[in-house]
Amino acid sequence: MGPATMSESIIEESIISRPTYGTLKIVPGLAHYFLADASGAECVIRVVQEMPRDMMEKVHILYVPTPGEAALITSLYALGAKRFEHFPTIEEAVAKLGSWLSDAKMGSQLYLAGTEGLVGQGVAKGEECGLDHTAVQCEHRGSLARRVQCVHCKTMIEDVTTQPVKCPSCDLLLLVRDHYSRRLAAFQGVCINAEDPTEEVEIKEVFK
Amino acid sequence: MTIQFKDESFRGDFSYANSPSNIPRFPFPFPEDEYMYSTNIEPHHAARAGSPFENAFDVDEHYVAEMKDRALVLAEDPGRCQALPHMETAGWDFLELVMVSKARDYPDLFKLTMDGDRWHWINKPLQIDDTFTFGDSSTLPCHPMEYIGRQVQGDHAILDQRDGNLWMDAGIITAQADWSLDFDIGMNFFEWHAPVPLAHELGVFQRALKFLLTLPQGQPSRRLNWTLTVNPRLDTSPENYPKWGPDKLTVTPENIGEKIHLRVELQTFWRLPRSNAILFPIRTYLMAMNEVVTQPKWGRRLHRVMRDLRPELVDYKGLSRYHPILVEWLSQFDDGAPTSPGIFPD
Repeated sequence: MGPATMSESIIEESIISRPTYGTLKIVPGLAHYFLADASGAECVIRVVQEMPRDMMEKVHILYVPTPGEAALITSLYALGAKRFEHFPTIEEAVAKLGSWLSDAKMGSQLYLAGTEGLVGQGVAKGEECGLDHTAVQCEHRGSLARRVQCVHCKTMIEDVTTQPVKCPSCDLLLLVRDHYSRRLAAFQGVCINAEDPTEEVEIKEVFK
Repeated sequence: MTIQFKDESFRGDFSYANSPSNIPRFPFPFPEDEYMYSTNIEPHHAARAGSPFENAFDVDEHYVAEMKDRALVLAEDPGRCQALPHMETAGWDFLELVMVSKARDYPDLFKLTMDGDRWHWINKPLQIDDTFTFGDSSTLPCHPMEYIGRQVQGDHAILDQRDGNLWMDAGIITAQADWSLDFDIGMNFFEWHAPVPLAHELGVFQRALKFLLTLPQGQPSRRLNWTLTVNPRLDTSPENYPKWGPDKLTVTPENIGEKIHLRVELQTFWRLPRSNAILFPIRTYLMAMNEVVTQPKWGRRLHRVMRDLRPELVDYKGLSRYHPILVEWLSQFDDGAPTSPGIFPD
């Protein structure tokens, strides 16, 4: 994770395993890989536009648009990167990132921008592909929706905005903790009323 | 001394109990009448014949039953035993350390014969008699960490050392006090301790890490940690919280002495020779309140510790539901007399 420098993202101070994010900045590298979703697209545009034109040969961009949205695809395409591909889901884009990184040279840089789910899965993929953590930059943008692993049945729940959240697989009501696994790119969800299942717990929208 | 292994359970009818002779050797975790976090690490030297600190890996009357409970947990949830790919050498280091130590410390129970890299291992209590090639995992039925982890009491995490940090990269964890290996695997020392309150601010983890990074081979260390558990249940994992959480509602002033157990972790730290990893055994001892208070010093002291425990710790250790009635119950064993220093009974 990048250092907690200035960022558009507002994340309250929390426990140590909870990631913090910085602001993307071009650093010297033999290749520059970008992964963003719609909320992070403008970060990619911002930094790539600052690069000299002759560096475009080294730029590779993966994008996950919001369904139906086309304007940002056009803008990202217009940057003139060597490769630009877009995918309907984070999962597919991250899989593609994995295949790109497996052919990547030493000295490659990875830039991630957007929601925490996308950034987290990009970090995990970078780590899996042997990229040093110092070669990975993250900028958080958009919703604070969380990716949560149900600790009981191990289901991954995407885009969680409520506290608690009901596990769609085992039906338990989960407290979304700040405890975060980089390997799973997920926060931990633990049953909130396990001691007394009759306890009623109000579900509130908190991760906006 | 021959150990009589008990046939007992840590689930269902909870038939687990300590024999009267086993009670005084319990690793009571409070050397003083009050408790706060500290980096309470000391050399893991042999101490007090008969105590759990006498041998490298303590074997007691619960050995066979604990290994049966571990097998049940692993059959239900294989994710309790995981190792990242670079941790195989460390698994062999762990296997060697346990086999050599147990064969040396308990020659009537365990026997190790080495002929070059052909090793012959006999574990009499578990009726195991195997020959294998050290370093060649294809000659074992499973990963070396799992093989030996099924034969040694306590959970075992193996911490890889790199970038000036320790990484939870392997473990066999079936008797944990509410943490998930499956979630925490791959985390560094600060990350996996992140949910612990107060201790970060006190600098406990920074000091502990600094100490562990320079831990020399052949000079293991130990510390005690504790919590309370309702019923003698080893598997208090977050995975199974819906199974053990409701137990907390069953505590009443009448049954508190048999229901609530002091759960003590004897944690030891061992530098491993080939991998340079650290083996981190977390050996759990359980003792019902009724058994604890048979030692008058422990009854007095436990009352004082529980009464004065900081609210953050009451909450973190999950004691909130029954903490007041426990303090009330324990007060009958505290006559106000002074207690002697140290953890051993008078």
